[in-house]
Amino acid sequence: MTHEPQPQDAAGVQARSYYGRPVLKVTRWREPHLPAYLFLGGLSGASATLAAVAACTRRPRLARAARLAAAGGALGGTGFLVAELGRPERFLNMLRVAKPTSPMSMGAWLLAVHSGLVMAAAGSDVTGRLRRTGAAAGAAAALTGPVLATYPGVLLADTAVPAWHSAYRQLPFLFAGSAMAAAGASGLAATAWQRSGQDEGEPALRLALLGAAVEAAAGLHMEHRLGLAGEPYRDGDSGRLMRASHTLTLAGAGAGVVMGVASRSNQEAARRGSQGTATWWSRGTATLCAALLGGGALCTRFAVLRAGIASARDPKYVVEAQRRHPVPSADDGQGGAR
Amino acid sequence: MNADCIVIAGSNMAECHPVAFQWVTEAKRRGATVIHVDPRFTRTSALASKYVPVRAGSDIVFLGALVNHVLSGGHEFRDYVTAYTNAADMLPDEFTDTEDGGGVFSGYDPHTRTYDNSSWQPTGERDLTLTHPRCVFQVLKRHFARYTPDLVERACGIEPRDFAAIADAVVANSGRERTTAWVYAVGWTQHTTGVQHIRTAAILQLLLGNMGRPGGGILALRGHASIQGSTDIPTLFHLLPGYLPMPAADDADLNGYLTRLPDTGFWGNKRAYMVSLLKAWFGDAATTGNDFCFDRLPRITGEHGTYRTVLDMIDGKVKGYFLMGQNPAVGSAGARLQRLAMANLDWLVVRDLTLIESATFWRDGPEIATGELATEQIATEVFFLPAASHVEKDGTFTNTQRMLQWHHKALDPPGDARSELWFMYHLGKKIRARLAGSGITEDAVLDLTWDYPEVGEHADPDASAVLREINGTGPDGRALDGFAQLAADGSTACGCWIYSGCYGGGENQTARRVPWQQQSWVAPQWGWAWPANRRILYNRASADPAGKPWSEKKAYVWWDAEAGSWTGHDVPDFERSKPPGFSPEPGASGPMALGGSDPFIMMHDGKGALFVPSGLVDGPLPAHYEPAESPVGNAVYKQGASPVSELYPEHKMTRDQLAPGPSEPAGLVYPYVLTTYRLTEHHTAGGMSRTLSRLAELQPEMFCEVSPALAAARGLENGGWATIVSARAAIEARVLVTRRIRPLRLPGEGVIHQVGLPYHWGGNGLVTGDSANDLLPFALDPNVFIQESKVATCDIRPGRRPRGAALDVLVAKYRHSAGLPDLPDNRPGGGVS
Amino acid sequence: MQRPVADVVAEAGYDDPPERVGFFTDTSVCIGCKACEVACKEWNALPGDVSGDSWASGAASLSAAPPDALALTGMSYDNTGQLGADSWRHVAFIEQQVPAGHGTALALADDVAESDGTRWLMASDVCKHCTHAACLDVCPTGALVRTEFGTVIVQPDICNGCAYCVSACPFGVIDRREDDGRAWKCTMCYDRLRGGLEPACAKACPTDSIQFGPLDELRAAAAARLDELHEAGEASARLYGEDPDDGIGGAAAFFLLLDEPEVYGLPPDPVVTTRDLAAMWRWAGGAAAMLAAGTVAVFARSRV
Ligand SMILES: Nc1nc2c(c(=O)[nH]1)N[C@H]1C(S)=C(S)[C@@H](COP(=O)(O)OP(=O)(O)OC[C@H]3O[C@@H](n4cnc5c(=O)[nH]c(N)nc54)[C@H](O)[C@@H]3O)O[C@H]1N2
Ligand SMILES: Nc1nc2c(c(=O)[nH]1)N[C@H]1C(S)=C(S)[C@@H](COP(=O)(O)OP(=O)(O)OC[C@H]3O[C@@H](n4cnc5c(=O)[nH]c(N)nc54)[C@H](O)[C@@H]3O)O[C@H]1N2
Ligand code: SF4
Ligand code: SF4
Ligand code: SF4
Ligand code: SF4
Ligand code: SF4
Ligand SMILES: [Mo]
Repeated sequence: MTHEPQPQDAAGVQARSYYGRPVLKVTRWREPHLPAYLFLGGLSGASATLAAVAACTRRPRLARAARLAAAGGALGGTGFLVAELGRPERFLNMLRVAKPTSPMSMGAWLLAVHSGLVMAAAGSDVTGRLRRTGAAAGAAAALTGPVLATYPGVLLADTAVPAWHSAYRQLPFLFAGSAMAAAGASGLAATAWQRSGQDEGEPALRLALLGAAVEAAAGLHMEHRLGLAGEPYRDGDSGRLMRASHTLTLAGAGAGVVMGVASRSNQEAARRGSQGTATWWSRGTATLCAALLGGGALCTRFAVLRAGIASARDPKYVVEAQRRHPVPSADDGQGGAR
Repeated sequence: MNADCIVIAGSNMAECHPVAFQWVTEAKRRGATVIHVDPRFTRTSALASKYVPVRAGSDIVFLGALVNHVLSGGHEFRDYVTAYTNAADMLPDEFTDTEDGGGVFSGYDPHTRTYDNSSWQPTGERDLTLTHPRCVFQVLKRHFARYTPDLVERACGIEPRDFAAIADAVVANSGRERTTAWVYAVGWTQHTTGVQHIRTAAILQLLLGNMGRPGGGILALRGHASIQGSTDIPTLFHLLPGYLPMPAADDADLNGYLTRLPDTGFWGNKRAYMVSLLKAWFGDAATTGNDFCFDRLPRITGEHGTYRTVLDMIDGKVKGYFLMGQNPAVGSAGARLQRLAMANLDWLVVRDLTLIESATFWRDGPEIATGELATEQIATEVFFLPAASHVEKDGTFTNTQRMLQWHHKALDPPGDARSELWFMYHLGKKIRARLAGSGITEDAVLDLTWDYPEVGEHADPDASAVLREINGTGPDGRALDGFAQLAADGSTACGCWIYSGCYGGGENQTARRVPWQQQSWVAPQWGWAWPANRRILYNRASADPAGKPWSEKKAYVWWDAEAGSWTGHDVPDFERSKPPGFSPEPGASGPMALGGSDPFIMMHDGKGALFVPSGLVDGPLPAHYEPAESPVGNAVYKQGASPVSELYPEHKMTRDQLAPGPSEPAGLVYPYVLTTYRLTEHHTAGGMSRTLSRLAELQPEMFCEVSPALAAARGLENGGWATIVSARAAIEARVLVTRRIRPLRLPGEGVIHQVGLPYHWGGNGLVTGDSANDLLPFALDPNVFIQESKVATCDIRPGRRPRGAALDVLVAKYRHSAGLPDLPDNRPGGGVS
Repeated sequence: MQRPVADVVAEAGYDDPPERVGFFTDTSVCIGCKACEVACKEWNALPGDVSGDSWASGAASLSAAPPDALALTGMSYDNTGQLGADSWRHVAFIEQQVPAGHGTALALADDVAESDGTRWLMASDVCKHCTHAACLDVCPTGALVRTEFGTVIVQPDICNGCAYCVSACPFGVIDRREDDGRAWKCTMCYDRLRGGLEPACAKACPTDSIQFGPLDELRAAAAARLDELHEAGEASARLYGEDPDDGIGGAAAFFLLLDEPEVYGLPPDPVVTTRDLAAMWRWAGGAAAMLAAGTVAVFARSRV
């Protein structure tokens, strides 16, 4: 038979819609700009925190590695953001006001401040100048860092996009976890390649494993506890990316565990007096672990963007959700929307 | 707005007259029932209380059945009918009806396909009891007796309960207290039986007493912004301004000519109208001595309508052609013939806003693509002259309500664009200048008054001076206040008698714009309506014979005995001081021949005509005939299609133009009914809408509308392509599958499918597409020569049409299976088979 | 964020503002003439729709060709498709077969039961000028502002094209124009309002489907019209967006609909996303604390 121009037909019976057309505008945010920005921002935020704690606990190699990752992440992230906006002055335009109701405004200020801090910390560390200031900046970045890593959860959730808005509890943890995993993994890999830096890498490894666990838990929670809005995290394009992210994270964590066992036996050997140096395979494993976890974290960001797009594009996520959970209203009989 | 029931049939009012339609929505808000009868469920149907689908071309059956319903049920407004219509007139014995004549009236000559109407003339007796078998009322009753709900179902596809609902609504909303209005436009007129559609509605409205009363009447929705104006001051071959007939070759002098109009009623003043017109045109040259230059007027020798002229062009009889605001290459039926005709001219002048298809057909028309024409071989010299649009010039529009509204120029026309007024005036001046030196003294052109004040840098004639001339002037040169002041002795001049008064008091009455809040509900101070600023014609009929309103609720004008004059909300359409009881002297002429209760003052007897003894060439009563092309036979009479429609069977290009009917041996090669129409988003042939992005984007592609059932049967997909083939051409269109088009079940005939085609597309502009008019034949109503563009037959198939010469092959294949010869072409020595 | 706002204009910081104005769009008298669409484009000099659809096109265009605005959509008489950066009014066309008894006021009383039930709904959609406007809330540059008339407009010279508003609007109204990279939507003809004129679309509407005026008056008119239709038996008539207690605090452009909102492409029960903003920040704060604490914790067991 022919396709009839019946709106009901287009979207199935239970979710009526206008020719199956989206109710919402599908986000104009693009790939890879937005996922890359979120990934790098997360890396920078968690790395800054890692760097500060590492510095406190006197792990200079780890601290430097994390400071560099934080600075690099901030720089790269800002780059992608500017690319998304089209022109650098458009980023500066955001700094003309500070608007508490706009997570993007808050985020822009946060990114600006945080970038300054981590650049100062990394710069001072590398050049060896202004050490006091550098250290103070590094310590301050430990405060901006966690927020920078988690605010994207608010940035995305504070929209009408069902898969994002409904996940406002989970997204910050998802982003926190994957930022920790990425920062830990990058710290691990960086220290593994340094002469006698390996022992400093152990907290990084643990951070990576903790992050992976949090990321996986938050991810699974979103997939299964959000009801209809969680569907895009399981199905389609975005579902596939989500699964890829899980696989990579799991594999990365596996590599990390192997790595951890190995380094433990290494340390045992060192204690018994034998030469405790990193072996080629432990460096390789660390790199692999970092790559897998980083890849997982990146996939997560792509998955989240695509899930948002899918949920905005298909009107059922708006219509069915709003029909199932009508907003309680002061005056229920009158509500035009019901 | 004051109607209790509004039946819209033969018009898509909401889409084509959205601004007027606001009053329908307003009436509905006030409780009126709105009914829409149309082959398609349209935006009008969407807002109607009830929609009823109908087979295109079958409305006379539907309306006739309503007439029958009224007559057989005794629902007529008896007092009104007896007093105000010609129901009581007696017909002669010689008159025979279609019932007896197998579908034709007495006087028919099958060889000439014409009627001699002498047997239709009333005897002069009247039977006020309306019971005599030969009185009009009884003839009417018998004539429509066979138009039953059952017939309606068989011919129109209207289900009996739908018909009953309409009949009940119309009857319930007519009479003393209530009125029903009928609204039509070209869905009724563009048929070979166009005039008789409106006749049937008129009979119904007269029987129900709905004429001349508020909320009643028959509203003809006119087309182009001033198409009403262009019939009042006509661009028609057979009329002069104010509906005076065009002199014919055998009109020897003014006196002889004037006998063509009635002596009684308001036409009785015909000499004053005509002489004043001649004075307006010829000024001092028009004198009693020279019959007011009557012999200067051109004469017609027969039919010179558009389609006849096109055939004459094909025959090489017409050498040059002015197209001023018309786009026949897209907008006229049989568009291929229109283009072939223009390709056969010596010269063609196109004045338009944009380069329309009629100006470029020689370069990129469909016949160039198929190879039928080649640019190098077209000898027509085409002049394109840019025209100023209505916002770029002063002037009036005359709208559907006969109201003249002045529009002020808002900006200068761009570049070389000039108004029509400028063009005709300066063309006239140039011609006069040439003739002036030629030694010709007795020349119609030189005798013309041709002296408007010129204003502005381009010497534009002053439009208000033209309006003043149309209004008319007295011997002192002062503007007249109305046509009552017109004189037959040459002392007054008037360019159009019905417009007299539009410049009354020396002021441009058409420019008045008093807000409605500041005047009565009839709003007499908004613009100016002809005649005499009267908003409802024949409004004397809103009062009973004694001059009292039929009801308080519907009071409109009435007799004020104390003042001794007619008065009311509107300007009474009656001589102010003629009392209701007035009875004319025997032998009186002019208005004085009409009684005080004869409201239809333009009729010779002052009565509404249920039966029309003269003036119509296709019969005194409406009878249903099938369209020229139809997939079904006539369910009422043996006679299938109209016996007198104009089909040009003698011309080689039109001889075999029609698809065979259902009874032909070839069977139905073109089994579906096609109908053409407009969309809100576009305007007519598209020159003013396909060229504008704002409009073009709203309906970007030519499409056809089909029902899901037809789509399924023919494998058409929503959004896909279809090719529509008629006996004349094949075009392609995107497909809209919609339940708004309903297949009609005709008991005895099976299911009839209709295909809807908007006719706005052509090859130029921002959005382009094939023209529906390529598909249509030259088939005309014989009274007014309007083409039957609302119905023809076609086949529809999935996919795009062939390109190039293969297109003609497809059309030829279909014609062969239908038993038709190849299409004749117009190449020198071309293959006429 | 979610409390009803008595005076959104005063709240926005205007002293002695004019009355808050809006649109009441009565779709029961809309004839789908699109005069509103055209008038809007004319007055606001909007570009022709040649840019095609955004990512949103998806299910829409039936043509095999890529979404090209100058192609038929196959969606009844709607070839505009949706509101967007270049279309600030959009007339929806919905062809329906309704069960008998549905939409009764549209049929003659005694004929209802057997009516064929073809319905063609038309509705002119526009920015709702929400009381709680998500677009305005989330805009990071302050380009979106509340005017003295209570309307919400974009200042094109300030907008940086971040497109945050695009995702925030619960009605899918505002969009970014790809060529100039800025967000655009209905301004409720701010310039005309300033000049004491009614908006172009309302002015052009022949049937008064679009009524413009002070919001209070419109709400009263809407309630009366609803009663009228209910009395006439049009049970499916309902108001949409007029309730100040709804998820967006009431729309300044609200509607009378003859079917569920989603049939017209409208969300059934939209909520301004920023209603949950505080909670969002709390959860983000929690996650941030977790991150910080976790990072400290992973160092805890090891010593140098
Ligand atoms: N937007 C817009 N408005 C216009 C115009 C335009 O092009 N665009 N053109 C103007 C002009 S020039 C004119 S003349 C008017 C015309 O105004 P209308 O006559 O209202 O316009 P159409 O669409 O040609 O035809 C009216 C309806 O007649 C129906 N119809 C066809 N055949 C039959 C029949 O046999 N019986 C019945 N009952 N109905 C039938 C068609 O389906 C169609 O819906 O509109 C004027 N207004
Ligand atoms: N199949 C089919 N055919 C039909 C009809 C139908 O319903 N179906 N309807 C018929 C009807 S009712 C009509 S009225 C005709 C219309 O058919 P046409 O009159 O041939 O078509 P339009 O496009 O209206 O042509 C008017 C032209 O005038 C130009 N114009 C506008 N203003 C001015 C001006 O001030 N001066 C000059 N010089 N030009 C100007 C416009 O640009 C436009 O090109 O079509 C008829 N043909
Ligand atoms: S286009 Fe002009 S004539 Fe036609 S409905 Fe609109 S205002 Fe009236
Ligand atoms: S409808 Fe959307 S764009 Fe309009 S004010 Fe509300 S949130 Fe903003
Ligand atoms: S795109 Fe412009 S208007 Fe929209 S949120 Fe960003 S800056 Fe504000
Ligand atoms: S109010 Fe003005 S800007 Fe808004 S839709 Fe109407 S015309 Fe367009
Ligand atoms: S809202 Fe008014 S102008 Fe717009 S389509 Fe409906 S009737 Fe026409
Ligand atoms: Mo027309």
